[in-house]
Amino acid sequence: MEQDFEKIFQDKVDREIRIEPKDWMPEKYRQTLIRQISQHAHSEIIGMLPEGNWITRAPSLRRKAILLAKVQDEAGHGLYLYSAAETLGITRDQMYEQLHTGKAKYSSIFNYPTLSWADMGVIGWLVDGAAIMNQVPLCRTSFGPYARAMVRVCKEESFHQRQGFEILYVLSKGTEAQRRMAQDAINRWWWPSLMMFGPKDDESPNTIQSMKWKIKRFSNDELRQKFVDVCAEQVKVLGFTLPDKDLKWNEERGHYDFGEINWDEFWQVVQGNGPCNKERLDARKKAWEEGAWVRDAALAYANKKAKQKQAAA
Amino acid sequence: MATTKNEIDFLLHLADNALIIGHRNSEWCGHGPILEQDIAITNIALDYIGQARNVYQHAAELINQHADTIQLTQTGKDISLPVTEDSLAYLRDVVEFKNLLITEIPNGDWAQTTLRLFLLSQFQLELFNQLLKHEDPQVAAIVEKSIKEISYHVKWSQDWVLRLGDGTEESKRRMQNAIDAIWAFTGELFIQPEYATAACLNYAAIQTAWNQKVSAIFEEAGLVIPAKTFVQKGGAIGMHTEHLGYILAEMQYLQRAYPNSEW
Repeated sequence: MEQDFEKIFQDKVDREIRIEPKDWMPEKYRQTLIRQISQHAHSEIIGMLPEGNWITRAPSLRRKAILLAKVQDEAGHGLYLYSAAETLGITRDQMYEQLHTGKAKYSSIFNYPTLSWADMGVIGWLVDGAAIMNQVPLCRTSFGPYARAMVRVCKEESFHQRQGFEILYVLSKGTEAQRRMAQDAINRWWWPSLMMFGPKDDESPNTIQSMKWKIKRFSNDELRQKFVDVCAEQVKVLGFTLPDKDLKWNEERGHYDFGEINWDEFWQVVQGNGPCNKERLDARKKAWEEGAWVRDAALAYANKKAKQKQAAA
Repeated sequence: MATTKNEIDFLLHLADNALIIGHRNSEWCGHGPILEQDIAITNIALDYIGQARNVYQHAAELINQHADTIQLTQTGKDISLPVTEDSLAYLRDVVEFKNLLITEIPNGDWAQTTLRLFLLSQFQLELFNQLLKHEDPQVAAIVEKSIKEISYHVKWSQDWVLRLGDGTEESKRRMQNAIDAIWAFTGELFIQPEYATAACLNYAAIQTAWNQKVSAIFEEAGLVIPAKTFVQKGGAIGMHTEHLGYILAEMQYLQRAYPNSEW
């Protein structure tokens, strides 16, 4: 029986028919999706913090409005993704619990600090750029609710990326101090951005199964290469450089060669030892704990009103 | 010319109110108690920044038109011409800001934040409804657009006053504490600034309407207005609390540290 279901399921996936919440699915598929979607949702929510850090200091009213809208979009992405994950049989509160206890991960990139205004530009250009590279294929991912959420997320992300590039473009035309600020931000964020694609293919244990289930469409290394190729060209428009002495066009491969990523740093940050891991998680826990009485009150009030309505009916 | 100077000061008063309350609300972004409410308060902050921009832009237009006859700042260290929305927001100092004190006091907890917004937005709604008849059509147009947003702010914050006032014991206590803490800053709402000379304005009527609406909501929520309080005032004429200096130090940092730069 189970085998028949499994065959029907894989057959659907192979024929590019979306899997919907009520369809039968292998338990491992469900668990993989819950892990991936909730991790993605957490990344959006934690990702609000490094950029939120500059809302009150944005250098013009226009930039302030754009940044506010952008961080608000991220909260919105978190919301659709939590909802998509909930269709798999987990609640938002359970997912928060996993985040707060450290059981669930989020993208390590948000464990780096935002030290200057130029970081807002670089996060848009590189971090959102890398996210788009990862996420565009997810618009065709096999699980329906996730794929549909990603269509909307990707549209907004591409706007975020353009605004980030535009911040850097303006800085590149600005004063010497502004150019230094921008180059410094690029230097700090380049390598962590490359790490966003995850471990090398031969060290990424989940990739093969995820590709078979069409949760994933390209390998980590394929996407990383594509990202390097795009950024190596875009940085020329800005007149800045990427901090990699080994970055060089390889005619034969038709790609840029690039230097070795510091995998020790990658694993350190994943394990909680990045510069801001503690601050980020503490900020989320604090918001959650200090918000408990607000949520309790909202619930109590809603129950009271519902009872009153019932009594009146 | 006095009329124009008054109009400019009044516009700066409106814009500063919007900017500073927008700033305070934006501090919640990423830290709200419920994800949906984090989005809501960020959206409200964004509305206020948008309103501030519209009003500053119009004030800048008037200032630039009348630059030869109008002394903009009290310190005499004038911002270079032409002024822009950004030079008005980022290059004036504390004594030149004309926002009401209620906008600059710290957020406190969720009760204090939502109560402050309720008291302020209810006032703004009454004020803006009068300003629809302002003789400067640009002011009327800006206000018309803002009213749509402010009506939502009233609704949203009023719902929170009710919910917390009539929620749990703790939320009621916190909401009542918020009222006790903020009430002293509400008196200033109804003191008509000298520069608020537009014929359409009637502050006494604003106060009557505000009192009625606020009392009704408090009554429904079982909350009590403090019997006797001293009125804290001065924001509208540049006499602020200590908090505004810190807001500006943070907000204006890049413009001050990297003068004459484009962003």
